[in-house]
Amino acid sequence: MHKEDQPLIFELSTEGRIGYSLPEMDVPETDLSELLPEGYLREEEPELPEVSELDIMRHYTALSKRNHGVDSGFYPLGSCTMKYNPKINENVARFNGFAHLHPLQDESSVQGALELMYDLQEHLIEITGMDEVTLQPAAGAHGEWTGLMMIRAYHEANGDTKRTKVIVPDSAHGTNPASATVAGFETVTVKSNENGLVDLEDLRRVVGEDTAALMLTNPNTLGLFEENILEMAEIVHGAGGKLYYDGANLNAVLSKARPGDMGFDVVHLNLHKTFTGPHGGGGPGSGPVGVKADLIPYLPKPVLVKKGGQYEFDYDRPQSIGRVKPYYGNFGINVRAYTYIRTMGPDGLKAVTEYAVLNANYMMRRLAPFFDLPFDRHCKHEFVLSGKRQKKLGVRTLDIAKRLLDFGYHPPTIYFPLNVEECIMIEPTETESKETLDSFVDAMIQIAKEAEENPEIVQEAPHTTVIGRLDETMAARKPVLRYQKQ
Amino acid sequence: MKHRYLPMTESDQKAMLETIGVKSAEDLFSDIPESVRFKGEYKIKPAKSETSLMKELTLMAQKNADLRTNTSFLGAGVYDHYMPVIVDHVLSRSEFYTAYTPYQPEISQGELQAIFEFQTMICELTGMDVANSSMYDGGTALAEAAMLSAGNTRRKKVLISSSVHPESKEVVKTYAKGQYIEVIEIPQKDGVTDLDALNEMIGDDIAAVIVQYPNFFGRVEPLKELEEIIHAHKSMFVVSSNPVSLGALTPPGKFGADIVAGDAQPFGIPTAFGGPHCGYFAVTSKLMRKVPGRLVGQTVDDQGRRGFVLTLQAREQHIRRDKATSNICSNQALNALAASVAMTALGKKGVKEMAAANMQKAHYAKKQFKEIGFEIAFEGPSFNEFVIKLNTPVKEVNQKLLEKGIIGGYDLGRDFADLKNHMLVAVTELRTKEEIDVFVKEMGDYHA
Repeated sequence: MHKEDQPLIFELSTEGRIGYSLPEMDVPETDLSELLPEGYLREEEPELPEVSELDIMRHYTALSKRNHGVDSGFYPLGSCTMKYNPKINENVARFNGFAHLHPLQDESSVQGALELMYDLQEHLIEITGMDEVTLQPAAGAHGEWTGLMMIRAYHEANGDTKRTKVIVPDSAHGTNPASATVAGFETVTVKSNENGLVDLEDLRRVVGEDTAALMLTNPNTLGLFEENILEMAEIVHGAGGKLYYDGANLNAVLSKARPGDMGFDVVHLNLHKTFTGPHGGGGPGSGPVGVKADLIPYLPKPVLVKKGGQYEFDYDRPQSIGRVKPYYGNFGINVRAYTYIRTMGPDGLKAVTEYAVLNANYMMRRLAPFFDLPFDRHCKHEFVLSGKRQKKLGVRTLDIAKRLLDFGYHPPTIYFPLNVEECIMIEPTETESKETLDSFVDAMIQIAKEAEENPEIVQEAPHTTVIGRLDETMAARKPVLRYQKQ
Repeated sequence: MKHRYLPMTESDQKAMLETIGVKSAEDLFSDIPESVRFKGEYKIKPAKSETSLMKELTLMAQKNADLRTNTSFLGAGVYDHYMPVIVDHVLSRSEFYTAYTPYQPEISQGELQAIFEFQTMICELTGMDVANSSMYDGGTALAEAAMLSAGNTRRKKVLISSSVHPESKEVVKTYAKGQYIEVIEIPQKDGVTDLDALNEMIGDDIAAVIVQYPNFFGRVEPLKELEEIIHAHKSMFVVSSNPVSLGALTPPGKFGADIVAGDAQPFGIPTAFGGPHCGYFAVTSKLMRKVPGRLVGQTVDDQGRRGFVLTLQAREQHIRRDKATSNICSNQALNALAASVAMTALGKKGVKEMAAANMQKAHYAKKQFKEIGFEIAFEGPSFNEFVIKLNTPVKEVNQKLLEKGIIGGYDLGRDFADLKNHMLVAVTELRTKEEIDVFVKEMGDYHA
């Protein structure tokens, strides 16, 4: 161990210390070896740490200080919608009557939970313009796969078994093609044109009798609204395919345009993005899926229904794709999203999008003189810059990102989408103030100047973090994925 | 529009519009064609103030019978366990819960290290070499195990024991459909996987055999015998395991399992009406590069200091796209943190003591039931659950129990046609002798 290393909890362990308080053992005890067949009673103890409660709290507090969250500072990570995570959501999700319910309790004893789920579905139906919503998928990618499985079931039910291909734009999230593969489809890529939008000619070229669906994010991952969306819908529907909406960027169009009105047949939402379920360091998320009427029979089961003022689950769904998750979805995240929607109301959600888009356009215009702007038009909630001007000076986008750490910012998304060279993708969200945006822009401008005058300071960044750039090649070549006691 | 989450002021807005060079915010939406524009406002409930919304939702929560005010004997895959109070204090550090996936390791060392510790603890409990950073839940983790097995063996059939959790079985089947994998159920005999049937069903075309340990009926599966049969056909041996039980039971890794997957919910994660919980996924080192999901690895920085990064990312969807074997992106990181804190608090001695307490209390309850004349179905070695036979429908009994503040066991008739009027009873370390005695007595009254 290096002297500056943060010890692992295992390295803090001392034999004989405990950090727990188990309930009293108040029943007569039997020798465990009598209760188990020979060879089934564990002999070797698992090497878990032996530490006191204060040791634990100090350890994790130290770790938390080595972590940057939205509450720590600006986090303009494009495509991830790192907005403020309201604290009321956390309180509500911890209510006994929500946090401590068993999913297999009798439906009559969980009517409040079912009511919340039902009302959340109703709200999401209105927000997306779809006909029905399921809350079962656990995250965005899970929702994508669920939606694609439904599209597959739909085509199969129509005897349309030759539809084996899913079309995705070259700017799509990586999960889109991966979800298509897991759902049993082949992926076909459709090109973007010089304006950053789906090339309609290319789309006409790739659609056909084998098209199951087109997956689209709108606004797309460049932050641009696919203004030809109705024409695209016509092309895909005309060929007998379905239109899938990746809801990752819904924050850009709340109250402005609904996927259901744009011609989409299936939509997934990321409740941990637009609807403030916290990102939790990578999860848990929640990825509800909305569908148009013709796909309702294929929804994962069970489906929540309301009958005479009572809520219950309908398991009798013969055409359902089946269950995609045990129980009913990530309820705890759904509670947070519901709380958020109820906190904002219709006019609040409208303002969310207006301010998110205003913030993004403001930053884009302020930064445009200093970086390459590949698509010079109004953006929606996010925009992309290219670092190719800086690259000529020997400063890569990765260096710019690392230099931003010295200013206390989480960097934007970098090198994505793949169709922009040295891409920098910035999403400020609506919960950031003008002062924050200005400070960040000033830091970016300073870095652009450094790239010209003093590139080493950028190339060698970060200078102020608890740790420098890490050797990722070594991590992958000789993987150490767990602690081993010496 | 003034709102506590929206810092925009009128003068900010004016200045920003000027910089952009447009007259109104509405101009920024001119690229959305009129024909798809949503006009007006969403027809949803109006916004509520913090206080009145808290009140409304408090009342909504109170309509539910929760596990804190009632005494639960319901398990069936989701358990009411000791949750060290410290867990929620750690989780409430918002540096953790308001962060995204640790793609920038220099400012995400806390999360990365916590996950590295989680991976280590899962390896220790399961007896496996490598564990990932988490999956959605136990059911989808098992589905990923089936897909990994099919890919790895290039075989398209998977056998799953009927004593695996019914909802996990359903999830495995849904995923399998996507991958054109055939899933066939192995019958159970006396509450465990029928070895004779397995011997007949297995062949060199079977990618994997999936069992649960302890299984859905609480029984300890004969992993030793299973392993011999499965590996004789070079099929993958997949075990779904409740990690709490592994404080007392010999871990599946010791029996030669290739993949151990399950849910870490029993360690510090609230039941939360079924989610979010925390899937885990552990494999032998041979399968390290085929694991789905994120992996955290140790490395050093330019000055030789130890640090952690997301590694072996070439497996993942954002790199491999349509060649990826799993599409998982978001996982259950925060719940993996919760499980880590709980496992840390319990430590080496606590996990053993807690697992033992589950066995002792369940054993005691089983004995009490037998004493007053209940028939135990599938008698044999079990962990913290067992099956009793009633002479009335379980649903009716549970309704009567709830009036006394007791949440009864799981109605097996819901999933198994031959197990009508059979109740799966879970007794964790949280149940006191008095609670058990009252439960048994009440059950006896309805049984008479």
